[in-house]
Amino acid sequence: MNPTQIYNSNQLKINEAANTPKIDDIQTITLVEAVNHALTHALESDPDVVVLGEDVGANGGVFRATDRLQEKFGIRRVMDTPLAEALIAGVAIGMSTQGLKPVAEFQFLGFIYAAMEHIISHAARMRHRTRGRLTCPLVFRAPFGGGIHAPEHHSESTEALFAHIPGLKVVIPSSPTRAYGLLLSAIQSPDPVVFLEPKRIYRATKQPVNLNGKPLPLDTCFTLREGTDVTLVSWGAMIMETQQAAAELEQQGISAEVIDVASIKPLDMNTILYSLEKTGRCVIIHEAAKTCGVGAEISARIAEQGLMSLLAPIKRVTGFDTIMPYYKNEMHYLPRVEDIVNAAKETMQYS
Amino acid sequence: MTLYAPPSKHQLVRMIDNDGMPIADLPESATTPDKWLRYYKQMVLSRMLDQKIIALQRTGQLGTYPSCLGQEAIGTVMGMSLKQEDVLVPYYRDQAAQLARGVSIEELLLYWGGDERGCDFKQCREDFPVAVPIATQITHAAGVASAFKVRKQSKAVITSCGDGATSRGDFYESLNLAGVWQLPLVIIVNNNQWAISVPIEIQTAAETIAHKAQAAGIEGIRVDGNDALALDTTIASALEKAYAGKGATLIEAVSYRLTDHTTADDASRYRSHSDVKANWQYEPIKRLRQFLLHQQWWNETKEKALVEQFKLEIDAAVEIYLNYPKQSPEAMIDYLYSELPVELYDQRNQLIQRGGAS
Repeated sequence: MNPTQIYNSNQLKINEAANTPKIDDIQTITLVEAVNHALTHALESDPDVVVLGEDVGANGGVFRATDRLQEKFGIRRVMDTPLAEALIAGVAIGMSTQGLKPVAEFQFLGFIYAAMEHIISHAARMRHRTRGRLTCPLVFRAPFGGGIHAPEHHSESTEALFAHIPGLKVVIPSSPTRAYGLLLSAIQSPDPVVFLEPKRIYRATKQPVNLNGKPLPLDTCFTLREGTDVTLVSWGAMIMETQQAAAELEQQGISAEVIDVASIKPLDMNTILYSLEKTGRCVIIHEAAKTCGVGAEISARIAEQGLMSLLAPIKRVTGFDTIMPYYKNEMHYLPRVEDIVNAAKETMQYS
Repeated sequence: MTLYAPPSKHQLVRMIDNDGMPIADLPESATTPDKWLRYYKQMVLSRMLDQKIIALQRTGQLGTYPSCLGQEAIGTVMGMSLKQEDVLVPYYRDQAAQLARGVSIEELLLYWGGDERGCDFKQCREDFPVAVPIATQITHAAGVASAFKVRKQSKAVITSCGDGATSRGDFYESLNLAGVWQLPLVIIVNNNQWAISVPIEIQTAAETIAHKAQAAGIEGIRVDGNDALALDTTIASALEKAYAGKGATLIEAVSYRLTDHTTADDASRYRSHSDVKANWQYEPIKRLRQFLLHQQWWNETKEKALVEQFKLEIDAAVEIYLNYPKQSPEAMIDYLYSELPVELYDQRNQLIQRGGAS
């Protein structure tokens, strides 16, 4: 397949998603409410879908993502598990090999590490090692990221750990609409999906979302704003600062394109490369530490596949290479709008 | 000296002694030969295959392999006790159980010979492939059992592990869930006394592994793992309980690892030859053969014919294994996802263009 064809096919998908016929059920909701609506739709429309995790039942999850689900669907479909993360992952794996579609919640990404052996050594490779005989159509959900004044271990942004693992899909929504559509896709995906929810923007904004049960594609970036001078590439909660930076840049006469990567694995490089053919400049923004972050991978692929488009060196605006600080210092850790604006201007000054 | 069944206040279920003589009331099924002959033949097949695989490994025709020498009764009875629609979630020393479930000799050879197709069983298609990471499979078994429960299916799961695995969190976490969710699950610990070089005495201070069930609120039973009759009764009643929705059982099957941990191990570094020799007297195949001989259900002629038949079967499977068409290099990418992501096209093409390197 030649690159042009790939560009076209991806553009086509985005257009299709944008043009899907709408059944009117538009509600103005937050990102976390969108998660709840997606789970509700999945539980209603597919008897194989089950939800499990700590406090997902009567409590509705510590962020209320599973609010009232147990009441609606019963304890056999919405299950409070014992407090054991490795077990949650392992049980979801076992269930999924029987054709159930478990959606397992990890209360915070910082607590998923006990389950890593199951995610890496079993969920990610069950299809591969059985040559397709057994599969794991499951979703591991976890709220992630800093900025909500949480205790230590509650603010991690370690998405790159999962993006490194063959066999996984890693999806990060950054708006209510995408949370709804991408989670529906993740649940229907025949492959294991790590679905990371940016909790800093769980309730940051409300947006009208069409609750029509239509999934969004998992293999494409979303271009949120078109521009001609510089491409800002980001995901998760940092999309908020990135959008603000783009607005500020516009006031300064710089036209920024904003791409929400959304699926960091598999990575849709074609949308990014296509944008760079236009702009020639790229700033990658993520909350995770810089070294070996997903930004490094995007940057390397641009160097491999799109070097000739570049008019300036790629810039990365990221968290620092350190432990996530306790909350009094966390705002010093997180990238700011001005960091993004400055980085974009530096790429403009280069050429 | 580590014996296979150190004395304990905890009762050990045992039905025949080392010479195959009844030492307890035998079940009704022991009055007819069918089941015991099936077990016996299957155990002989397991041991003969085990020996063949080691020979293949020693001659460079197969990779590192964990022998199940001396533990054939546990796997055989476990595998044959399940109904076809039940699920087995085994660990890496469960060749006997897999064979009994219908995994073919070729498939076992392929797996241990480094070919993923050995996990694509033609029979028992819902059974898990063996788990190499320790104790992880027990959580998966709990998940399969949970699926049965969610769907209100009257099916059961058997999973197994070694004694070392009972030190792991996955073991405790699964037992705990099995208790609180009352899962149709039977967890069988092959207590062969050794986790590579670490004997059971320094693995746990629990008096027996069966005791570990107590904290989870499930039943724990300790059975002689070299006694096929005792295993049969114990596993059958645990399965009945599971089918009836009455919850999970932990079975500690006491046995002894009569050989190295794997072909890459040298057990003489950490245990004496005399220990191993002393434990040969308890081994399960001789014991069941003695029982069959006492009942006059077996004789030397039948034994010879059986060995000859299995030799032919194994040799034929080895032939198939050695001549099995190779997987293409790009197979390493083709089964990662339900649909190949665009970003992997280049790497797949690269594998095709580089061609075979074997």
